[in-house]
Amino acid sequence: MANDVLIPTPLRAYVGKQDVVQVDGETVGELLQNLTAKYSELQNHLYNEDGRLRSFVNVYLNDDDIRYLQKEDTPVAEGDTISIVPSVAGGTGSVATGLSR
Amino acid sequence: MNGYEKALIVSNDVATHIQNHGRETYPNECCGALIGIGNFVGECLSLPNTTEEGPRRRFLVNPHDYRAAERHATESGYTLIGFYHSHPDHPARPSQYDLAHAWPEFTYVIIAVEKGKPGAMTSWRLREDRSAFDEGHIERRNG
Repeated sequence: MANDVLIPTPLRAYVGKQDVVQVDGETVGELLQNLTAKYSELQNHLYNEDGRLRSFVNVYLNDDDIRYLQKEDTPVAEGDTISIVPSVAGGTGSVATGLSR
Repeated sequence: MNGYEKALIVSNDVATHIQNHGRETYPNECCGALIGIGNFVGECLSLPNTTEEGPRRRFLVNPHDYRAAERHATESGYTLIGFYHSHPDHPARPSQYDLAHAWPEFTYVIIAVEKGKPGAMTSWRLREDRSAFDEGHIERRNG
């Protein structure tokens, strides 16, 4: 069973510029693992060094945030759509730039 | 290389919008979406700063507003290019907090607002390895 995964704009470059990809998985976690196995460049942007989903990565099953379901153990049924939705955040503090220009 | 190659082209209307937004929300941070095509920003959307960590030094675009901005861009035939935010009484340079929360491919515009007065506006992109931001030029165009 493959489900649609909606890819946000900043990650489309890593999935062949597609905004929707189809991935198999019985749970949201399994599906995301299969997604990053297929598109390995996504790994670094979805998961931190400990292998946990980054806190500013939101995953929705249809219209529901999986944090309020069973998190990555949330079962996926035929026809469900999974959305990866960025939290965009920032603020002031110590600077984090390269040797720019 | 350091610095990214293509200048970000920003219409004067967009630049004025960002300056006004930064002025209006001072001493809190403002935020919004940049919409356009390629490296041209032709429209920006003010978005609510939904942070619960203190809006004087943090901003947060919630997922609902993110999705609405992305949908608006797509329906307009454009792309969500990135986001802007203000740094009240701080330089227009990205912080470690900005870095930790940055997304690839997006352009981040920061405007410094010093004592309520909009100042320098800068443009940044995350490096592929997430290690730092690189700065780009901003070119302003009529419109």
